[in-house]
Amino acid sequence: MYLDHAASTPMRPEAIAAMLPYLADHPGNPSGAHGASRATKTALEEAREAVAAVCGCHPHEVVFTGGGSEGDNLAIKGAAWAARAADPALAGVVTSGIEHKAVLGACERLEREGFRVARVRATGNGVVDLDALAGALHDRTAVVSVMLVNNETGVRQPVDEIARVVREHAPRAVLHTDAVQAPQWLDLSTAAIDAALVAISGHKFGGPKGVGALIVRDGTALVPLVEGGGHERGLRAGTQNVAGIVAFATALRITHERRPEETARIAAWREGLEHGLAAQVPGFTVNGADATRVAGILHCTFDDVEAETLLVALDQQGIMAASGSACSSGAVDPSHVLLAMGMPRDRALSSVRFSLGYATTQADVDAALTIVPEVVAKLRAA
Amino acid sequence: MARVMVMMSGGVDSSVAAALLRDQGHDVTGVTLKLWGGESDSGCCSVADVEDARRVAAQLGLPHYVFNFSDAFEADVVDPYVDAYAAGETPNPCVECNRSMKFGRVLERARQLDYDFIATGHHARVIETDEGPALARAVDLAKDQSYVLYMLGSEELARTLFPVGELTKADVRERARALGLRTAEKRESMDVCFITRGGREAFLGARIPRRAGTIIDDQGAVLGAHDGIDAFTIGQRRGLGVAVGERRYVTDIAAGTGTVMVGTRDALLQESLRLRDVRGSRTPPRPMLVQFRAHGTPVAATLDGDDVVFASPQPRVSPGQVVAFYDGDVCCGGGIVAE
Repeated sequence: MYLDHAASTPMRPEAIAAMLPYLADHPGNPSGAHGASRATKTALEEAREAVAAVCGCHPHEVVFTGGGSEGDNLAIKGAAWAARAADPALAGVVTSGIEHKAVLGACERLEREGFRVARVRATGNGVVDLDALAGALHDRTAVVSVMLVNNETGVRQPVDEIARVVREHAPRAVLHTDAVQAPQWLDLSTAAIDAALVAISGHKFGGPKGVGALIVRDGTALVPLVEGGGHERGLRAGTQNVAGIVAFATALRITHERRPEETARIAAWREGLEHGLAAQVPGFTVNGADATRVAGILHCTFDDVEAETLLVALDQQGIMAASGSACSSGAVDPSHVLLAMGMPRDRALSSVRFSLGYATTQADVDAALTIVPEVVAKLRAA
Repeated sequence: MARVMVMMSGGVDSSVAAALLRDQGHDVTGVTLKLWGGESDSGCCSVADVEDARRVAAQLGLPHYVFNFSDAFEADVVDPYVDAYAAGETPNPCVECNRSMKFGRVLERARQLDYDFIATGHHARVIETDEGPALARAVDLAKDQSYVLYMLGSEELARTLFPVGELTKADVRERARALGLRTAEKRESMDVCFITRGGREAFLGARIPRRAGTIIDDQGAVLGAHDGIDAFTIGQRRGLGVAVGERRYVTDIAAGTGTVMVGTRDALLQESLRLRDVRGSRTPPRPMLVQFRAHGTPVAATLDGDDVVFASPQPRVSPGQVVAFYDGDVCCGGGIVAE
């Protein structure tokens, strides 16, 4: 029972099928001038058009990347460096405390380079505090980065309102949104329309790992992280991962087509899981309950149960879930997201994320509804 | 067949321990403890060591988990270690880690998760006696680690396996090679795992104000000065920075004034010493053997309340150090040298 789709999803069969010819049959470098290259160049540009259609942007605004972390880094560092080059006074970066480590890491790097970074808190419901955000903005702010959907709680962030606040208080700032968790649940052509930079990653919606895209809207100046042969409009040098990009675009297109049906189905299961656990398990709290959450994520706290122990016990019963963000060693750290929401450390260490995806079945949810209450009761009695 | 949770540090001993348990037919799960924050380069908790443990578990076909006890490790092992040095003691953090982490929190978690036993790669043995399970020295006496496990009581011992305690270190490496384990030739970690670059003095210097003071002899004459008492331990001969005719040893450390006293070897001798936190699995015999270094030679003594009375005078032992009690090869228990 795989309930960790927010970490990674199984690939959609259509995406696998779409990429295979570009592994097996088409060797051409898309930058070349002969027939083999024309085949891969065509595939690459058709993929770009497909991504643009889903995201509501021009194809030339799509920059293929090596995934979400790279997109976030290119957006934040690239925009900050470009702003500083244009005007050294533009040295402010504003983000939130609930961002993915890729965003926080990029901001820390900029801080070491002399940028002034403000990290805005979130409310107890997991929504970035807009008043605090407004207070952190000023006319020297170069970059603002707030995610569209939080990867731990599933709480949707009001990027449209944030864009309005940014326009008002930091008119020169570029707004980036880490939308990595969004494509399965939200229509990016509307939900992310107010951000100049939008990062997504293939493996969160049935595409391959290690492929992503950064939407760079016209008029947004970026300094590249990787320089070289001018690929991706000079923003990301290196021969493109054609097979991966084709699979990425296919997965995104199918996700977009099936989103209404998949979202409705998964939302009903998530509700069932949430209410079923609430009914059976005492000391059970849903995090972000009063906020707008995407359909697939149930983030919850089990009083007096260590998440690390619970995850082992669940894994041994065949249920694969997660506790927020795992560090590189695989250990469970107290989630910085929950701490930024003001949750006490001990409660953060008792919190678990179940995340559903397109591949989830009724049987998975039924099994979780049987096993989770048993395991929690047993651990509490032990 | 039993359910066994084996702690895999990423070293050769625990790798082989896991393999032996699997080959004995047990239902084995590997766990690696993340005990110390950052990505330290040495010791038991670096990312590379976790990866070695994970890979060995995968090769052996065992499930593997990482337990993050870094908060508890800091509070229960590192902070007391620093405090002890600040008080002029010479603590043994490995003993405290064994007590509070491996045979404390991990054992408790294993119990919650329905494991029958925990296991480690320590060179020691658990033997059955009429009085219940007993901690015994390893077959390879040169590698014996029973000293740092002295605190285990009957309850812990009844739920603990030390699979490599029956093997020599050479046998362990041979088994690892035969199994093709990536850790077969890995070097042993010798130092305190959470102290990496810069060494102990730099680690402590960043955490406690160094207290400079004087070095005096047993007549009170000032022989020199020093930068901080944490550089000294009782019985120390080298690095005193004082030039006198005959060999001098540190005989006392006064944390309050920062004064280090040195004297001749005779001045270091004592008839008895007082312990605190005396623990173990059984009452030691009279007389017993006591050992006060990890690989020290045992000497005869009797336990009188919390006092260890030596059969013949012994050099003083620094407060904070461990004295383990032995009945032949059986470790009965021990305590920590009190001030």
